[in-house]
Amino acid sequence: MRELLVEQITEAVAALCREANTVLPADVYAALTKASREEASPIGQLTLTQIVENADYARAEGVALCQDGGVTIVFLDVGQEVVLRGGALDDAVNEGVRRGYQQSFLRGSMLNRPINGHNTRDNTPAILHTRLVPGERVTVTVLPKGGGGDNGSQLRMFTPAQGLPAIHDFVLDTVKTAGPGACPPLIVGIGLGGSFDSVGILAKRALLRDVGTVHPDPDIAQLEHAWLEDINRLGIGPQGYGGRVTALAVHVETYARHIASIPVAVNLQCHSARKGVRIL
Amino acid sequence: MTAPVVVHCPIEDPTALRQLQAGTPVRLSGTILTGRDAAHARLHDLIREGKPLPVDFTNQVLYYVGPAPRAPGQIVGAAGPTTASRMDPYTPELLALGLRATIGKGYRSDAVKAAMREHGAVYFGAVGGLGAILSRSIVAQRVLAFPDLGPEAIHQFEVRDFPAIVLIDALGHDFYQQNQAQYRQ
Repeated sequence: MRELLVEQITEAVAALCREANTVLPADVYAALTKASREEASPIGQLTLTQIVENADYARAEGVALCQDGGVTIVFLDVGQEVVLRGGALDDAVNEGVRRGYQQSFLRGSMLNRPINGHNTRDNTPAILHTRLVPGERVTVTVLPKGGGGDNGSQLRMFTPAQGLPAIHDFVLDTVKTAGPGACPPLIVGIGLGGSFDSVGILAKRALLRDVGTVHPDPDIAQLEHAWLEDINRLGIGPQGYGGRVTALAVHVETYARHIASIPVAVNLQCHSARKGVRIL
Repeated sequence: MTAPVVVHCPIEDPTALRQLQAGTPVRLSGTILTGRDAAHARLHDLIREGKPLPVDFTNQVLYYVGPAPRAPGQIVGAAGPTTASRMDPYTPELLALGLRATIGKGYRSDAVKAAMREHGAVYFGAVGGLGAILSRSIVAQRVLAFPDLGPEAIHQFEVRDFPAIVLIDALGHDFYQQNQAQYRQ
């Protein structure tokens, strides 16, 4: 058994909020740089070059990549051998978000209630997904998720008879309808299977995978490849200005399903695909 | 691409604005207003109740943005465009009050396009997710109205060579539609 003070989780969340919002992850940076060389459309190419320049500037100056620091999604994988002491876990995570956003001059984008709410100014509360895993470590992952990408995201329940052709059309239609509002080039996170409630979280977890990684199941890897090709034939391009690079990657995460239903969630991630992870 | 056209804000010459074509790069200089969801909802309520507005929209350019707080030494934090379509329900009534142009990202509704044609207004696009470098084109800022809304307050920005492109021109031509069609396979 291992004891861990929740203050350590607070510190990790605060540091990750600052880093994720100011330093674009290496995999995303590399994918955007590569795309800026390969994009066929001149304005698309220029846009990608500006996105890379923005990342360079934000990193060098330690300022936010984007004014929208998003909803702070926090994933905690807590080892079963760990005992957390020193306060409530939710409070510790929210304190980390508060410190991270306020100390780094990140925008508060959260209203305290969905209707007639006011801005909490420190981006709390976070959305927290906690699961218990074997071992005695705690993995803290922070995903600041912008509003444009989430607004363009969709969830739908399919029947087995509708199957893959209908799911394919749903994925493409989601990207097409969202268009420039979701800030392409996108990472398209797809949850496939599970249940109505769990499939959205699967799609969000798909966004944590590094760009360039391929699903270990060859059937799923083939879907990722085919859907990415079809998305990049839509012509939307960087920022919707027209071009071939509408998405950098399609990541599908799966789970078992009921015999009657195929839940599908498509979660769009903007090109400012921020994320950070710490293992405690 | 052609050289950028310099646009002075507020718009003192509506005729020149009408001549800008979809796809033309521009550089905006002068003063512009900011506003997004919450400010638009409040303006709408004031208009509906027949009450005076806290800002005059005559000839103004409205940037859809909720800036990040400024760090020490900064004039403004990251300040890139937000999705314009969320403001579509409110745009025609502001155009009727003299608003000449908007800056944002993403598609606009047919109702907004029709109102833009009627009033000779233009929709400029800034690249979403460039908040850090776009903030360098903002040389001064102050809050004009609704300070309690924080980042959603109406600000006045003084901009210098703010980079944008004409997304929808005063004749209703849509750069997104035109240019995406070239790359659709």
